[in-house]
Amino acid sequence: MIGLAFALVFFYAPLDADQGFIQKIFYLHVPLAIVSLCGFVFGGALAIGHLRSGERKWDMRSYVAIHLALIFGIAGLVTGSIWAKASWGHWWVWSDPTLVSFLIVLLLFATYQPLRFSIEDPERQARYASVFAIVAGAFVPLNFIAVRAAQEYVHPRVLTLTGGNLPGPMRLTFLVSVLAIALLYLTFWKYEMAAKSARGQLRALRRTLLGDDAVRPLGRSAAPS
Amino acid sequence: MRTVVTLLRKDLLLELRALETVPAMILFSVVTFVIFHFALNRATIDGQLAAGVLTATLLFASMLAINRLFVAEREQGGFDGFLLAPVERNALLVAKSAALYMFLAVLELIAVPAFGVLLLGPSLGPALLGLIGVLALADAALAVVGTLVSAIAVHTRAREVIGPVVGLPLLIPALIATARAAGPLLAARTSGTPPGKWMAFLGLYDLVFALLAYAVFDFLLED
Repeated sequence: MIGLAFALVFFYAPLDADQGFIQKIFYLHVPLAIVSLCGFVFGGALAIGHLRSGERKWDMRSYVAIHLALIFGIAGLVTGSIWAKASWGHWWVWSDPTLVSFLIVLLLFATYQPLRFSIEDPERQARYASVFAIVAGAFVPLNFIAVRAAQEYVHPRVLTLTGGNLPGPMRLTFLVSVLAIALLYLTFWKYEMAAKSARGQLRALRRTLLGDDAVRPLGRSAAPS
Repeated sequence: MRTVVTLLRKDLLLELRALETVPAMILFSVVTFVIFHFALNRATIDGQLAAGVLTATLLFASMLAINRLFVAEREQGGFDGFLLAPVERNALLVAKSAALYMFLAVLELIAVPAFGVLLLGPSLGPALLGLIGVLALADAALAVVGTLVSAIAVHTRAREVIGPVVGLPLLIPALIATARAAGPLLAARTSGTPPGKWMAFLGLYDLVFALLAYAVFDFLLED
């Protein structure tokens, strides 16, 4: 899917009339940002699952979702910055609400890991992290309203209700890119979950086979175990 | 309800006897005005700049109270006592937010006139009523989010760090709305009414976070 998206980006989508080749980073930047925001909200929804059921696996899911969304978000911010430099001439433009609100959301979620790291009791860590994830997940749309209302609009508005202003091939490429990045996110999420649960099972197995002393205790960590 | 009143009375009494939070916040605010005077190199400011200085100062001063809000409970075992008592847990949230709200109100009672004397160019008079309205809504945002963040941060090891680091980004939308609503009020020729759009947004923000805090606060106390 990623391959298809890239093929479309490079060979199918027409060059932008006034931005030229650099416009193609848009097919990477916008999907990354959209997927990362959805990932944050997704993490919040999973955290509700944790608080409701009290099972650790939901906390793990929420953790992995937010962790990955953070990585995607940073990638989105960097690609967006490159694009801004190329098309507006500045690395950072304060008058763009989407960019600014995205930065605020990122700053908020950047505290997720330090928060987890500074709580020692794993039970409490999981519960507090879930509370944070829910509050922060609800914060995402609210923040966008505030920043958007505070500034006039300069971001090219792509996904409007009327269908946007992208010509056909570009819109197709864009939608395929969004889908590709979303699938990439989900794949990573599944891999990470599989890796974490495999590691947990391995440790449990070793403990039963070799005795408690054979398994080194985990150091304090931000990740749920 | 009686629980809330009891808890609130305890907090206010504690503050009255020890005087450790509110005077510090007031001093902090005045010092910050002086710092802004030199940092901006301006004798008087007005309009959006004045609103920004005032909002940022109040926001940072509120961080002092947010950091201290649950410290007594943690150090003296108040959490255990509260959990043992057969009362609604959200009473603690309501009481602490109310206490924080009152701290902020007292702070503003002194800090806003001080701001008017020290930095503000136009007279405070015509803007006063609107400003009280804006600050009433802004204080609600600070109180609710502050209580929530403080309850999260108090059980972490780096609590003085975690509180502001988590709280400030969460409060950015409220800061934007407060500064924008207060901006026209502090301008040289003001109509005296804050912009409705931003007041509505502040109200929405308060409502959303109050509901959220009410929903999740239970989980912060379970032990």
